[in-house]
Amino acid sequence: MKDIYAWAAIALIILASTTGDVLLSYSMKRVGDVEELWKRRGLLAVVGRVLRTPTFPLGLMAMGVAFYSLLFGLSWGNLSLVVPASASLTFVANAVAARIFLHERVGRRRWIAALLVAGGVVLMAL
Amino acid sequence: MPQLTFRKYLVLAGITVFSTAGDSLLARGMKELGNVSLHHFSGLLLAVLNPWVTAGILLLLTFFACYMSALSWADLTYVLPATSLGYVLVALVGHFGFHEVISPMRWLGIALIAAGVGSVAAGPSVTPDRQSQKSPDASPDAVSQEVKS
Repeated sequence: MKDIYAWAAIALIILASTTGDVLLSYSMKRVGDVEELWKRRGLLAVVGRVLRTPTFPLGLMAMGVAFYSLLFGLSWGNLSLVVPASASLTFVANAVAARIFLHERVGRRRWIAALLVAGGVVLMAL
Repeated sequence: MPQLTFRKYLVLAGITVFSTAGDSLLARGMKELGNVSLHHFSGLLLAVLNPWVTAGILLLLTFFACYMSALSWADLTYVLPATSLGYVLVALVGHFGFHEVISPMRWLGIALIAAGVGSVAAGPSVTPDRQSQKSPDASPDAVSQEVKS
């Protein structure tokens, strides 16, 4: 039973943090290159524009859900299971989500990278 | 393909360094405080008063600013692998700074992460939108990048 809760938490972490990353990335793409914007209009304009992007608070909320799911998961499962499992699978899930929702061209290079990083994160935690 | 400036590489390095340092300081502060039970929520609020926790939160906020900045000019699938370099950084600091032993399995993990990050970093930082739906706000930057390259 404990395992089911731990894996449910892991699934929730992956779902929420992928949603958060996609929403935040989408928001920042809409804002545009902040370095250019900062140079032209100053820091306040950058902050104002980011906060006025409606998907930004949604992304933050999703990240908050991911954080509390992690706390929940850690109370049910081992640190050595929950953290590497959720972190590594999030890399793969993000590559899929970025391709579908952000229309990024995830070529062979980036697929391999996502898998290498995911595998590496698991090995580091063993 | 737009070439990343030195400053943009600094922002990417900032993602790795600030997230790692912030997490480490938070962990150190929370260890000093001991177990915080969920029933005593005030304990969690008072945790902010611990100098390690305060410093950790400030560094994590800096990390978030770097992360958002990077996402404004690079793909999510380009920026994300950079965040995983933190694992490598912690292990290397532990090994060379504090003489911790790293198992062969962890060295292999370090190699895999480094290979993954290197593989992405060698490619373009931003790929053209397949549906090429540029928002009007973003177009001046796209034009200026084309002029530069």
